Amino acid sequence: MMAEEKKNKGAGRGKERAGAIARYTLLSIWALIVLFPFYWMVLTSFKSYASYNSEYVPRFVATDPTVQNYKSAFTEVPLARYFTNTFLFTIITTALMHVVIILAAYAFSRLKFRGKNAVFALFLSLMMIPNELVVITNYVTITNWNMRNTFLGLILPSVTSVFYIYLLKENFEQIPEELYKAAKVDGTSDLKYLLKVMIPISQPTIITITILKVIECWNSYVWPRLITDDKNHYLVSNGIQEIRESGFGRDNVPAMMAAVVVISLPLIILFLIFRKKIMAGVSRGGLKG
Amino acid sequence: MKKSLKETGKGWLYLLPALLFLGIFMVYPLIDVLVYSFEESYNFASQSYTGVGLYNYKYVLRDPYFIQALKNTFIIVIITVPVSTTLSLLVAYLLSRITKLKELFQTVSFLPYVTNTLAVGLVFMILFKKTPYSDGMINILIRFFGGESVDFIDGPYWAKMMVMCIYTVWVVMPFKILILTSALASVNETYYKAARVDGTSSFRIFTRITLPMISPMIFYLVITGFIGAFKAYSDEVALFGTDLNKAGMNTIVGYVYDMLYGDSGGYPSYAAAAALILFMIVFTITIFNLLISNKKVSIGGGK
Repeated sequence: MMAEEKKNKGAGRGKERAGAIARYTLLSIWALIVLFPFYWMVLTSFKSYASYNSEYVPRFVATDPTVQNYKSAFTEVPLARYFTNTFLFTIITTALMHVVIILAAYAFSRLKFRGKNAVFALFLSLMMIPNELVVITNYVTITNWNMRNTFLGLILPSVTSVFYIYLLKENFEQIPEELYKAAKVDGTSDLKYLLKVMIPISQPTIITITILKVIECWNSYVWPRLITDDKNHYLVSNGIQEIRESGFGRDNVPAMMAAVVVISLPLIILFLIFRKKIMAGVSRGGLKG
Repeated sequence: MKKSLKETGKGWLYLLPALLFLGIFMVYPLIDVLVYSFEESYNFASQSYTGVGLYNYKYVLRDPYFIQALKNTFIIVIITVPVSTTLSLLVAYLLSRITKLKELFQTVSFLPYVTNTLAVGLVFMILFKKTPYSDGMINILIRFFGGESVDFIDGPYWAKMMVMCIYTVWVVMPFKILILTSALASVNETYYKAARVDGTSSFRIFTRITLPMISPMIFYLVITGFIGAFKAYSDEVALFGTDLNKAGMNTIVGYVYDMLYGDSGGYPSYAAAAALILFMIVFTITIFNLLISNKKVSIGGGK
């Protein structure tokens, strides 16, 4: 009996080890698939134009690394311009959106007024509307307002999000009503209460929303493409497309890859710093259903 | 009474910015897109139209470019949703069964989520493309294993579709892995312990306990995956450039934008009709999915 049990345990341990090896092998393969494109873009960006094109079988190391491609990326195409545009677009859109959604979420969670429930129901039903359906008219509206190729035209349609209003409202409602009543007795105005109490308490949610919005802004492609055809107003996504189609000429792949590295870096750095916050935020924010 | 009037005023004042923006950029466009889709031979310059009817829908449904876009979109949906969900489940399961280096692997698998898909799409294009200088990395691999090299970017349809699906799966997996990892972590340990005491095999534990417990999450991911895949567009642009019709790789959303803007643009009515057709397809499939999932989840979930 005892021996039998021991033998089973021994076999179990062996099986356990084999299982662990299999798990780590599979995960490593997956990690390799994920990382390979990143490795390839960094590698290619350090190869010179001549050496890249002379390698029929691409080498896995840059034998003669050069930073020329990064110089080209900033001098031959207006990459710095695309970068500044995207940076401004992201910051202004996110800031404006916060003003709009915080006020709305506060109204829904704390203020009592007529028609509140009806408006809230309307807001919820708007969550189901895909962007593709409204983009046509928005394109016409912005064109009619003569806002093509302007920052306002880029920013205005994306400063509200029903989903974020909803997320924030849920969070505001968890703050005890007693605090609000006490503040009212002290004669604190609603705006002051919102700024001094609600926003600081809800900071984690606000950070989550900020992260999601920044990622969305940095990667936005469709709307900027519709609304800008002047290179001076391109964002990075449109810039990289422009670079691909008529950028460096002669299929200068290494220079293209340098531009890709530069464009990808900000979000990757942000991610590595705020890794936990971003992953928690995305998994909370993603669960809208 | 007076106070409540003041409160009401204040409430609406706080809502005003949101109402303004939503009114102008969401509610009005919703009505407008319907109007556009029924106005026949709408002229952008003079803003006039000749009649009201279903002509735009008929035109779109007969347009070979739209049919191609419809076909492409359905292939992308049918292939990428099951493949990405299954693979994500596998990775998430493996992640849940290790302790050492777990954070590292989690971080790596989330990385594609925070990258600009247009930028990384270019890298995929370089990897799969065949040029006069080089067959490209992937083709060299294929040849190494005894296969024949193919141009995945400008070559045959199946090759283009294949790289399209591979890239889409690569892009959508991080989110699914993240969601499934937290779903797996939330399964109560005591179920596993009980099963292990009974000597149940790990495969059986997975299919009998784990899967049913996380099935609501899986269905959630399938539904959002369907919706997301039906709206595929910018990943296609990343691989094949802006002229997707020429590449034969357009999608429904791409068709909408092409009708609106660019060299082939200037037809908001056709764009509106196509967008509404897309909306109806997505709506129908979502309802269908919800009906199935309700049934399945309640069977699997037990309780």
